[in-house]
This record gives sequence, structure tokens and C-alpha cells, in this order.
Amino acid sequence: MARAVTTQRKTLNTIIAWVIGLVIFFPILWIIILSFKSEGDAIRPPLEVLTSSWTFDSYAVVQERSDYFKHFVNSVTLSVGSTLLGLIIAVPAAWAMAFVPSKSTRNILMWMLSTKMLPAVGVLYPIYLLFIRLGLLDSRIGLVVVLMLINLPIIIWMLYTYFKEIPGEILEAARMDGATLREEILYVLTPMAIPGMASTVLLNIILAWNEAFWTLNLTAAKAAPLTAFIASYSSPEGLFYAKLSAASTMAIAPILIMGWFSQKQLVRGLTFGAVK
Amino acid sequence: MATQHSRSAARVMMAPAVILLLGWMLVPLVMTLYFSFKQYLPLRGGDLGWVGFDNYVRFVTSSAFWPSIQATLAIVGGVLVITVILGTFLAMLLDQPMWGQGIVRILVIAPFFVMPTVSALVWKNLFMDPVNGLFAHLWKSVGATPIEWLSQASLPSIILIVSWQWLPFATLILLTAIQSLDSEQLEAAEMDGARWPSRFIYIILPHLSRAITVVILIQTIFLLAVFAEIFVTTQGSFGTRTLTYLIFQRVLESQNVGLGSAGGVYAIILANIIALFLMRIVGKNLDA
Repeated sequence: MARAVTTQRKTLNTIIAWVIGLVIFFPILWIIILSFKSEGDAIRPPLEVLTSSWTFDSYAVVQERSDYFKHFVNSVTLSVGSTLLGLIIAVPAAWAMAFVPSKSTRNILMWMLSTKMLPAVGVLYPIYLLFIRLGLLDSRIGLVVVLMLINLPIIIWMLYTYFKEIPGEILEAARMDGATLREEILYVLTPMAIPGMASTVLLNIILAWNEAFWTLNLTAAKAAPLTAFIASYSSPEGLFYAKLSAASTMAIAPILIMGWFSQKQLVRGLTFGAVK
Repeated sequence: MATQHSRSAARVMMAPAVILLLGWMLVPLVMTLYFSFKQYLPLRGGDLGWVGFDNYVRFVTSSAFWPSIQATLAIVGGVLVITVILGTFLAMLLDQPMWGQGIVRILVIAPFFVMPTVSALVWKNLFMDPVNGLFAHLWKSVGATPIEWLSQASLPSIILIVSWQWLPFATLILLTAIQSLDSEQLEAAEMDGARWPSRFIYIILPHLSRAITVVILIQTIFLLAVFAEIFVTTQGSFGTRTLTYLIFQRVLESQNVGLGSAGGVYAIILANIIALFLMRIVGKNLDA
């Protein structure tokens, strides 16, 4: 039930919330503003920056000098590839645990969660060494597998909680009507599971897109995604604020937009269903 | 009801995921353990034999160890305090009726989607740079000397950057929890004459306690692993070398794999202790 609130109080809430919201959002806004300025204007005092002229130059320069597009393609390949690969492995597993639970299901789920807790730095060298030995260093396929493995527990958990919400009676009815296991999954379960699967995909693409430990340590030039591309701006030459801003804007824009659509799933996915 | 047939089918369906995760966990773990008992310097002689617990002793007795623990605790603790307190406040604020609630929510959540390298580099250059940064301009405009944030106030600067990234997470989860609070309960308390502070302490906080615990545990696991934010800003100098960064330097920069692996084992143990608490909470939810 909504509580009666005076207009005065609502106005006050609105003002405070908007001020705080804008302060938190300001760094992103500032990146976007600077990306449309010339290098000379971008380092001037804030008020002069705002009144200076606007330009698209930085975007062209970033693409030309450091080949933004190549890194963008790498980011898409890594995030989408690892998520889809994870989905192929996770869907059967989550299905089995949700609809054919056994005594060990709970323990298996908890154990899977525990693999997510393993600090990456603890296994950095073994993975690094394996990558060298297998010739996977700076390759997209190697990173797709690693990103898939670190997100697999989250994918399984999210799918599991969504599958759990599908009433088992419907599946039983299908089975009674003579549906085979394959038909049951394909024609009964999948249509009902699509919203949950879509959210799982969305969240995991975001997580893989922003992953910045393995992508920094296991890539060089060829397979580097946008996280590593941006890191190359940490030791720049000359003025670079506008270029950095343009590169940053292009690196975060796709995921910012996807992220806004996945707000609700974010909570469920990141807390392993502990908060819904 | 599950038949024998569907049981064995289920096992087959789970097999790929279980085998892959088992391999992903065990193979590197065993290798890290193996290296941690060796004197292993890939660039200076390679495998120099077994050394027992030497690496473990040397890792904790090196002069870099305690400062790294302090830096880790400062960053994890600082970010937790800031994000949980501000997050609770913001969640309660966003739960109030207002105009443009959806837009404010989007503004507040946005930083979470900014990749760590971008946020660290942007804060470092566009804001904290002592010559051209926005803060420097602000300081100069009031006649003050600009602060060299990342060297003079390195830890607070890193804490600020990481808090900015994680505040949305805390806010979002606490907001979800607050929205599940029965507003009639609050109204009843209000009618019984309970004032604001007591309503907060006796009704809202207890309701949020579980969500706050989840936020603290999950963030701790991620915050212990903070890497990119240090990698592109201070590179571990000015007292910002955390345990994670120290291990990274031992393993990849100085290529002392044995020593770094021993550090890695410490990090794994530490993370597991925290994970144990988190899993207990998540596990309870599984039964419900």
C-alpha cells in the first residue's frame, strides 16, 4: 500500500535524489563531454571546456591510430562466445538439477559456487604456463574458454533458479502425453525458459565484457579486448584526454545500454539467488 | 516423479559442467601447490628443486608482506564502509516517492557497467591529475594548491575509485531488499508513535540485515581481487600494493613463481574462509 505523502516531501525527495544521482553519474557524463572536444580544449578549466566548440575528431583518431574496431570485435567475440559456450554446457546441467534433483544436487550447486570464489591471482601462473604450453597465449579461443569457466557457476545458478520456477507438473503432463526427453526440453521447457535464459545471457555478456584480470594478463596485441585496449592509454604520449574519453565512451556505451535493461537480473545473478 | 531412466540422463547432462569445473579448479590448484614448495625461477635457472615450506615463510617474512595486508584491509574495509552506508541511505531514498525515479535509478546504477580499466584511467587522468584534472582546476579556482591524489593520497584515491564502481551494486541489492519490506509494518510503528530513528533501527535495519551481509560477503570476495584499478593507476607504488598485486608482481614481474605461488595459496585460504560464510547464507536460501 502506498503511503500518503505530501507534495512538499515528494519535491524534497526528488531534489535530493536527482542531485545525488547526477553527482554519481557525473564522471560518465564528463567522459562523454570531453570525447567531443579537441585535445587543447579538453584540458582547460571546466567552464571553458563547456563553452568550447564540439568536434568528432577524437573518434576518428582513436579508430585510425589504435584500431578500436579490432578490439571491439575481440570484446564481442570473447563476451558472446564465452556466454554461448557456457550456455550450451549449463542448460543441460541446470535442467537436470532443477527437474531431476537428487540428494547430491545441493552439494554440487554449492561446490560449483565455491569454484567462483577461487581468487584468480592464486592460479595465475599455472594458467599462464598452460597457455604458453598449449600456444593459447594471446588467442581468442583460449580466453573464451577461461571466461566461460569463470562465469559458468553464475550461469548454472541463474538458470537453476529460473528453471525452479517452472512448474514441474507441466513437464509431467508432456511426458504423459508421450513426449521424449528431447521433445520435452525443446518444445515445452525452452519456450518457458526463454526469458530467464535471455537475462542470464545479458548479465554474463556484461560480466565477460568488463572482465579485467585474465584479459589483461593473457593477451598482448592480437586477442586484446577493449579492457586491454583502454589500459594501453595508461602510458600515453602528449595530450590524450579527448582521445581517452572517446575510446572510453566507445568501450562502455554498448554495455551501459545493455546493463540498463538487465537491472533486475543483476541482483539475482550476482547474489546467486540469495536476494531476489 | 523421477524414473531410473531420467536419473541416469540427468547425470549425463551434468557431466560436462561438473568435469570442466572440476578440472578448472583442481589442475591449477594442484600446480600452484606444487610450485609453492619449489624454488622455481623460469628466467633464472628454472626449477631449482624442493624447498619445503621456505616460500611460505619467506612470503610472510618479506618486508612487502605486512604493508600489502594493510593496503588490502584498507581498501576492502574502506570500500565496504562507504558502499554499505551510502548504499543503505541511497536505497531508502530511492524507495521514496519522487518524480523521475526510474531515471535516477539508472543514473545511480550506471558506474557498475563501466569496465574497471576505464574507470581507473578516467579517474586518474580526467579527475585526479594534478595539472589538468578537474579536481586540480577546482582547487586552483579557489586558490588552493592542487593535490597529487595518486601519490599524496594514494589509498583514499583508490578507495574512492573502487567505491564509485561498487556503490551501485550495494544500492541495487539493498533497494531490492527494502522493496520487499511490508509497508504496513512501518505504518503500524508510525501510528504507535515510533519516531524515525527507532523505525530505522528496529524495523528497517533488521529487515535489511541479510541483504547487507550478502553485500558485504560478495563485495569482499571481489574487492580482495581488485587488480585493474591498481594496475593502470599506481602500479602498486605509494602504499597501494595489495596482496593480490604483490602476488601478481612476484609471479609475472619478478618471475619468482615458487614465492608467488605460496602467496597464492594464502590468498586462496583467505578467500575460502570468507566464502564459507557466504555459502552458508546462500545454502540456507536453497532450502527455503
